[in-house]
Amino acid sequence: MQHDTPTHGIDMAALGRDRQGLNMADERVTIDVPGLNLYYGDKQALFDVSMKIPKQRVTAFIGPSGCGKSTLLRTFNRMNDLVDGCRVEGEINLDGRNIYRKGEDVAELRRRVGMVFQKPNPFPKSIYENVVYGLRIQGINQKRVLDEAVEWSLKNAALWDEVKDRLHDSALGLSGGQQQRLIIARTVAVQPEVLLLDEPCSALDPISTLKVEELIYELKSKYTIVIVTHNMQQAARVSDYTAFMYMGKLIEFGDTDALFTNPAKKQTEDYITGRYG
Amino acid sequence: MSVKQNNLKTWFKSGTPWIWMNAGAVSIAVIMTLGLMMVIAVRGLGHFWPADIVEVDYQVPGQEAKVMAGEITQIEEVPRARLAASGLPVDAEGGEFMTRELFKVGNRDLYGADFTWVVGEWLSNQRTPENLTAFERREWGNFYGYLVNVKENGVLVAEGDASWAELQARIERVEQLHNKLQRLQKKDIGRINAGLERIRLKTRKLELEGRLDEVSQAELDAERAQWDAEYKVLETELIALNQAFNRDSVTLKTVEGREATLSLGKVVRAFQPNAMGYLDKLGFYFAKLWEFVSDDPREANTEGGIFPAIFGTVMMTLIMAVIVTPFGVVAAIYLREYAKQGPLTRVIRIAVNNLAGVPAIVYGVFGLGFFVYVLGGSLDRMFFPEAAPAPTFGTPGLLWASLTLAILTLPVVIVATEEGLARIPRAVREGSLALGATKVETLWRVVLPMASPAMMTGLILAVARAAGEVAPLMLVGVVKLAPSLPLDGNYPYLHLDQKIMHLGFHIYDVGFQSPNVEAARPLVYATALLLVLVIVLLNFSAVYIRNHLREKYKALDH
Repeated sequence: MQHDTPTHGIDMAALGRDRQGLNMADERVTIDVPGLNLYYGDKQALFDVSMKIPKQRVTAFIGPSGCGKSTLLRTFNRMNDLVDGCRVEGEINLDGRNIYRKGEDVAELRRRVGMVFQKPNPFPKSIYENVVYGLRIQGINQKRVLDEAVEWSLKNAALWDEVKDRLHDSALGLSGGQQQRLIIARTVAVQPEVLLLDEPCSALDPISTLKVEELIYELKSKYTIVIVTHNMQQAARVSDYTAFMYMGKLIEFGDTDALFTNPAKKQTEDYITGRYG
Repeated sequence: MSVKQNNLKTWFKSGTPWIWMNAGAVSIAVIMTLGLMMVIAVRGLGHFWPADIVEVDYQVPGQEAKVMAGEITQIEEVPRARLAASGLPVDAEGGEFMTRELFKVGNRDLYGADFTWVVGEWLSNQRTPENLTAFERREWGNFYGYLVNVKENGVLVAEGDASWAELQARIERVEQLHNKLQRLQKKDIGRINAGLERIRLKTRKLELEGRLDEVSQAELDAERAQWDAEYKVLETELIALNQAFNRDSVTLKTVEGREATLSLGKVVRAFQPNAMGYLDKLGFYFAKLWEFVSDDPREANTEGGIFPAIFGTVMMTLIMAVIVTPFGVVAAIYLREYAKQGPLTRVIRIAVNNLAGVPAIVYGVFGLGFFVYVLGGSLDRMFFPEAAPAPTFGTPGLLWASLTLAILTLPVVIVATEEGLARIPRAVREGSLALGATKVETLWRVVLPMASPAMMTGLILAVARAAGEVAPLMLVGVVKLAPSLPLDGNYPYLHLDQKIMHLGFHIYDVGFQSPNVEAARPLVYATALLLVLVIVLLNFSAVYIRNHLREKYKALDH
């Protein structure tokens, strides 16, 4: 995969990408962040971040460890609420509505904005029960509806053929890659609008990674996807837009091809050519 | 020299002594546990074996020789000087030590005591005649002697060799009658007594409320008359049974020739251990063992069984488990999941942990002062004024014993549950929240099931501690002899206000409060063994459930 391209680390042509003519100005916006500050106690973790996440596209966050990309991602479904001493200033608009306003139904927000974590975290239940978990939370218990949802979700997560004969076995018996796809199935089962993927492949082997990446590519026709990754190759392969973050600041955000082939900022170039991070 | 030192140094560095030390500690623990079990098992279980009855001539120097019969239960060596000092006419010459034997001679009604110490050197002509018979009686302990004849209503029916077979048949008949009598007294008459008591309380209640008019009075009287009529029938039956029960008698002769008459109604069993083969003895042994675990106690708890104590222990422990588990779990959930972690929660946690270190008797005092007098007293005033002045709940009983043990074991359950909750991976909780579940839904659907093995661990520790606790129970509900079980066929079936028997207290009672120390000692061991077995059994069932849950809710291992 390494071609002799001296100026930057990634040869976009070699990745076999088929997207062209993307223009941020033409995109519909799902998540609009007009200027966000976030603090852990006294320590500021995000500095005046402003960005617009386009609808039904894959947006990747890259940057060195501790740059705040996961923190930013977790503000989109308010997962940071669980962290003691975490305080958010500013607003985040999902389809034009501030999710940090008073009285926001956080549980409903999280149903609409699904999340897949770094390590697969299936519940110690059967595969079937894992997938219908979110539906049962919503009070849906009719067997027919659940059966349909399980098949639809697992097919969407490209897992159906592998598990259709053992839906009632424990989900903990699946391999890491299968578990991660099960998490994706579980997440899409509740029909979210946005999928947040927090380094979804960091605990997976290369083949499982490939499968998940293919899946992300499939899913973008239905969902707005935001993916955090420390693997620039992966960002280049799967994303339409890429944001580079450094020390809690959004350095550069734009069309993936442009950002990787012709970064506007020096810091971005240094990072993607491997000079730090 | 230096090489040797070097070797020693490498040997130390290799860690071998460390491993030996660890293995040694484990071995000592195992040996002590096994040793403990062995001691109580051997001493306790040996008691039920039918020992031979020996007949000997006993010649105290300077006195007339006499004949004795009984079981030798203990032989020990004592210094000659000590025997002499106790006033026995011991020869000054001879070895330093003499043997002393403890004889169970029985016949307490004739001799005044069941056991007697004799000097081994003065015994002679030891023999085991086959027809020397032991009679186990319902009172006065065993009788050892020879069977002379069997009588029915004072008329001779069998004599000499024929009388043994006749006796066995008649003892069987008596045993059946005894069972019938027991059933009649405990079950049927017990039911009538409970019914009459209910009517008395109802009458008193109406009276207190000023609603006792002629109509209701007549109704109650009619009801009472019905019970009375039923009782009349049973009473005649009872009298007839009692007569039949005491119909037969035997004439016995002790080894020194005194005759005695014994009503067969007083005999549990008669046996001739000297004539019994190994298999007969084995059968007898298991019959006795079964009697021990299934029967009521007799003779100030030194004979018969300890079933009520087993039942009481298990019952109390189960009720305690039912109270302490939900309570402790709920408290732990609040502390771990909802309370804001800070100095206050830390103080509460320390307090809870220290609660586990408070001596049990303190809980007993608290239980008596608060549960029995304050809570029970108020309950009585509010709900059972008709029973006054007799207390219903304002007196030690099963409920208060269980409650006291529940607060005693509460810290264990809280700590174990908290640790279990803390061990649930954060990722799993976030996974649930990310799917739109609220915190409560996450708790109920994912966290609590996954923490259930830890809760079971807490319960196991609680049960182990509670089942063995004695001191607080003496204050809040355990007695030496409870007339009936806390669970029976009379409304309201589970009698939480009743006093119970308990294995731990039984050991204390038999060991320290018994008038017949020698007879009681083996029972202390047997009861201790049983207590250990009951706790082990309770624990094993809990461990089984926990392992099942663990398998089911195996946490993520990567």
